[in-house]
Amino acid sequence: MPIINEFAYVKPATVAQALKWLARYKKPAILAGGTDLLNSLKDGSIKPDAVIDIKGLDTLHKISFAGKRLYVGALVTFSELIEAEAVRRLFPVLAETARTIGSPGIRNRATMVGNICSAVPCLDSGPLLLAYDAVVTTVGRGGKREIPIVKWFRGPKKTSLKSGEIVSGVIIPLPEGKHAGCFIKLGRYAGEDLAQASVLAMALEGNRFRVAFGSVAPVPFRAKGIEKLLNGKQLDARLFAEAKKLVAAAIAPITDLRATKEYRAHMCRVMLERSLKAALGRLAGGGPAYGERLL
Amino acid sequence: MNQRIEFVLNSEKRSVEPRANQTLLEMLRDTLGVKSPKCGCDRGDCGSCTVMIDGRAVRSCLVLAVEVDGHEVKTLEGLMPGGKFSALQKSFLAHNSFQCGFCTPGVIVAVSELLEKNPHPDRNEIKEALSGNLCRCTGYTPIIEAVVAHAGREE
Ligand SMILES: Cc1cc2nc3c(=O)[nH]c(=O)nc-3n(C[C@@H](O)[C@@H](O)[C@H](O)COP(=O)(O)OP(=O)(O)OC[C@H]3O[C@@H](n4cnc5c(N)ncnc54)[C@H](O)[C@@H]3O)c2cc1C
Ligand code: FES
Ligand code: FES
Repeated sequence: MPIINEFAYVKPATVAQALKWLARYKKPAILAGGTDLLNSLKDGSIKPDAVIDIKGLDTLHKISFAGKRLYVGALVTFSELIEAEAVRRLFPVLAETARTIGSPGIRNRATMVGNICSAVPCLDSGPLLLAYDAVVTTVGRGGKREIPIVKWFRGPKKTSLKSGEIVSGVIIPLPEGKHAGCFIKLGRYAGEDLAQASVLAMALEGNRFRVAFGSVAPVPFRAKGIEKLLNGKQLDARLFAEAKKLVAAAIAPITDLRATKEYRAHMCRVMLERSLKAALGRLAGGGPAYGERLL
Repeated sequence: MNQRIEFVLNSEKRSVEPRANQTLLEMLRDTLGVKSPKCGCDRGDCGSCTVMIDGRAVRSCLVLAVEVDGHEVKTLEGLMPGGKFSALQKSFLAHNSFQCGFCTPGVIVAVSELLEKNPHPDRNEIKEALSGNLCRCTGYTPIIEAVVAHAGREE
C-alpha cells in the first residue's frame, strides 16, 4: 500500500534543532526505526505534515552502564540491545525479551523507545520495564522530564509524552542484590507474532519477587497483589496455587482474533508458575538457559 | 516533496530524488529498476523485501527512501560477485530450495547477514535468522537444508 499522504521530511542534527522543527509544524510525527510509523503512514491512521527523522541525533544513539543504571538511548535498536555487553552480563532477561520481538529484520531497525511510544497493549518491552522500575527520560522546550514507567502507559496507544517532546531514552536501574528474570510470551507460532499474553517474573535475593503482565489489560502492569503474597516466602506448591488464584482478579483480558479471554487467563496462570520457577532457578545459578522456550 | 539523496547501492554511488513518502522498496523497484526485492505484504510481515542497510538486513517496505541518504544499501544483486551465482545460491539450487522463488531474494539476504557475523551457524541460529521470512511453497525444510549444507562446507 503506497503512502498517499504527503509530508515534509526533515532530519535534524541536534536535539535543539529537532525540538524547533517539532514546534514549527502542526502535526509532526517523529520517526525512529519506522517499523510502526511506516505502517501507520500507509494505512492513513497518522497523517503528519512533517516526518522528523531523529536518527541524526547521535547523542540518543548510545547504551551505557554507570552508577548501577543502564541507559538505553532512544535510537538503540533491539538488535543492539541483544548485542550489548552490559545487557548480556547484567540484564540477560532484557536480551531474552528483545529476542522475542519480531525477527532480526525488524529488530535491526525497531527501537525499544519506539516500542513504548507506540504503547500498544501487547508491546513486549512493557512488562520488562515495569519489572525493573524503569524511568523514561524526555526532552522538550520546557526542559527535561523523568517519568517512572508506571506513569508512562496511560491506555492503548496513550502515553504521558506531551506534544513537542521527544523521548531521549530509558533508564533501567540494576536491582539491589542478585536478581534473575524470565520472560514468557504466548504467541501462535515461533517467530514474528505479537503476544497473546506475556509474563515477566523476577526473583531477587531474600525471596522478593516482581511480576508484570502484558497483553491482558489495556496497558502492561505490575501484579502487586501477587507480589505481596509471594514476598518473603519460600515458593512451594501451595503458594503457587494461591498465586494462580489471584491471576483472574489481576488481569482484564479481552477476546480478539488472536485469542479468547478464557485462553489468555488460563495461560497466564501457567506462565506465572513457569516464569517464577525459571527465575528462581536462574537466581540459584541453574534454571533454563535464557531464550529457551518454556511453552 | 522531493529531496536529493546520495547513497551507495550494490557498491555503486547513486544520486536520486525520491518523493518524501516513497518507500525504499518502491524506489529500488520502480525508480532504479532493481527487481530482486519483492513486495509481498508491504507491512513488514513477510520478509520478501529484505535488503541490507549498512550490513544489517531490514524490511525495505518499512523504510522511507530518503532515509538511506549517506548509507550503503545492498540487495541480492549486490551479493552476486560479477553477476554470477554465489556459493550460497548454488546450494539453494542444489537443494531445490525454492519453487515460485518469490521469497528467495529476501531469504538469501537474511541468511547473508547471519553468515557475515557467524560463518558456521547451527540449525537453530539459521531458523532464527529466517524467522521473519515467509515461504508459501517449500515448507522451509529445503531452505534450511541448503543453508546447513552451505554453513557446514569445508573452506
Ligand atoms: C512485522 C512486525 C513484527 C513486530 N513484532 C513485534 C513483537 O513481537 N513485539 C513487539 O513488542 N513489537 C513488535 N512489532 C512492533 C515494533 O517493531 C515496534 O513497536 C518498534 O519497537 C517501534 O520502534 P521504531 O523505532 O520502529 O519506532 P517508529 O515506528 O519509528 O515509531 C513508533 C512511534 O513512536 C514514536 N516515537 C519513536 N521514537 C520516539 C521518540 N524518541 N520520542 C517520541 N516519540 C517517538 C513515533 O512517532 C511513532 O508514533 C512488530 C512490528 C512489525 C512490523
Ligand atoms: S513486503 Fe516488506 S515485509 Fe513483506
Ligand atoms: S518459493 Fe514460493 S514463496 Fe518461497
